[in-house]
This record gives sequence, C-alpha cells and structure tokens, in this order.
Amino acid sequence: MFMNPKVFNNLWREMDGFRQEVDRLIGRQVLSGHGAAPALNVWEDENAFYVEADLPGVAANNLEVTVKEGNRLTISGERKASEPANSVWHRQERFAGAFTRELTLPTPVDADKVEAKFEHGVLKLTLPKSESARPRRIAVQGQ
Amino acid sequence: MAEQVLKERESGVGDQADTGVVARPRVDILETDQEVLLLADMPGVRPADVDVRFENGELTIHGRRTPSHLGKKRFQWEYEPTHYHRAFRLTEDVAADKIQAELKNGVLTVRLPKAEAAKPRKIAVKGE
Repeated sequence: MFMNPKVFNNLWREMDGFRQEVDRLIGRQVLSGHGAAPALNVWEDENAFYVEADLPGVAANNLEVTVKEGNRLTISGERKASEPANSVWHRQERFAGAFTRELTLPTPVDADKVEAKFEHGVLKLTLPKSESARPRRIAVQGQ
Repeated sequence: MAEQVLKERESGVGDQADTGVVARPRVDILETDQEVLLLADMPGVRPADVDVRFENGELTIHGRRTPSHLGKKRFQWEYEPTHYHRAFRLTEDVAADKIQAELKNGVLTVRLPKAEAAKPRKIAVKGE
C-alpha cells in the first residue's frame, strides 16, 4: 500500500483546522472570557488565498493585518465595548477587547499585493500566491 | 431591577429560512430608564437582508447572509452561517411604534423605548 500524499495532506489540514477550532472555543469560552479570536474561512484557487474573518462591530482603524515570513498571516485588533451610561446588563454574550489570530498558509504569498476590505463586519483578504508557488504549465517540446 | 426584560423564546427557525445553516447570533441586552437595548452580532449581513419584527410582545431578529466564494476550493473552514435567527419575549411594556433598528458593521442595534407606564417616575412628596 502506498500513501497518497495528497490525501494525507488534506487530512492533516483538517486535523489542524479542528485543533484550531478547539483552541478558539476554549480561548473564547473557558480561559479568557475576552480576547476571543475571530473565526476564519479560507478558500484558494490557482492564484490566491481568500481569507474571511467575522469581526462584527470592530472599527476598521482598529484592525491590523500582517504577513510575516512569506506565509504567516496575523490578524489582530480590538473591539470596544459600548455601554450606555446608567444601564443594567441583562445579557452579555458579545466579547469586547483585544484579539489576535494567526494562520500559516501552505505556500508563500506576495505580501506587497495583499488586499484587505472590511464589509458589513467581515474582513476580506485576498493574498496572491507568490510567483514560485503558482502552478505552471510546462510546454513539452517534441522533436 | 435586573430581572429579565427580554426572555428568550426557544424556537424553530422562522418561515424565511430555507436550506442553510442557522446560527444564534450573540447578543448583549441592556436596560436604561428609558429603553431596552439589544445588540446582535450579524457579520456579513447587509442592511437590506435583515428582518426585525415585534408582534404580540415578541421580538424576532433574522438576518440572511450570502455565502461568498461559491465554487472555490475550501482550504480551512470554521463557520458557515447563512441565517441568523433569535426570538425574545418582552416582559417590559415597550412603545411598539417607536422601536428603532439599525445595522452597522455587522452589528444589529434594536432600541425598544419603554412605554410611558413602565418608565420610573419620581413622585414629588408634598409637605404641609
């Protein structure tokens, strides 16, 4: 039997995703009570990775996005609590405070060409894959 | 003072829900002398796709989210709500015709002004 590297890779990604989800849930609900990291969805195609993070109520100027070492994406920021004067809390489920989320992409991206948009409380990033990581069609020359 | 003004109603999904994942949005509920304030996280929902109803003392909030990047290959997946839905029963008298709702940056704010009868009143005590 041989191990199909592609299947193995997918499984590993899945497990890693699961672990991060557990970390996120524990971080959010048990340990800190604040500083919750946003949930992330990531897509890819031949040219780029597309990352979306739910950050409702975060002001765009309180957000910071960095790419380090070619493929390490960090999203950090802060959500300010809004509390009117002389109010009584009945329920408080929304987090407030600082958060950080890090994601390692499988291939390097072109950090200079990353685009970030913030729409309806969702941060949308487009991270073009670096030239060397893109699939390439090699012309086969006959004789 | 801190008794429940908005009691959550356990409910199925409203009739607008088609297929898709329904999430309970996280909410904050605050009360002042003048109003009850509800904040709900509905990231990705446009103002046109949110529905706030108040009927028979019951507040229902519903938002629909359009999935992005359909057809692209998923790399990592942590959430997929296409609907946000939650319902509350109000125990406080509110002025139904003065309820205001606003959706900004993915946060729905519903202001429910208290009915005159429910507002605290300072009673002047007359001396002789």
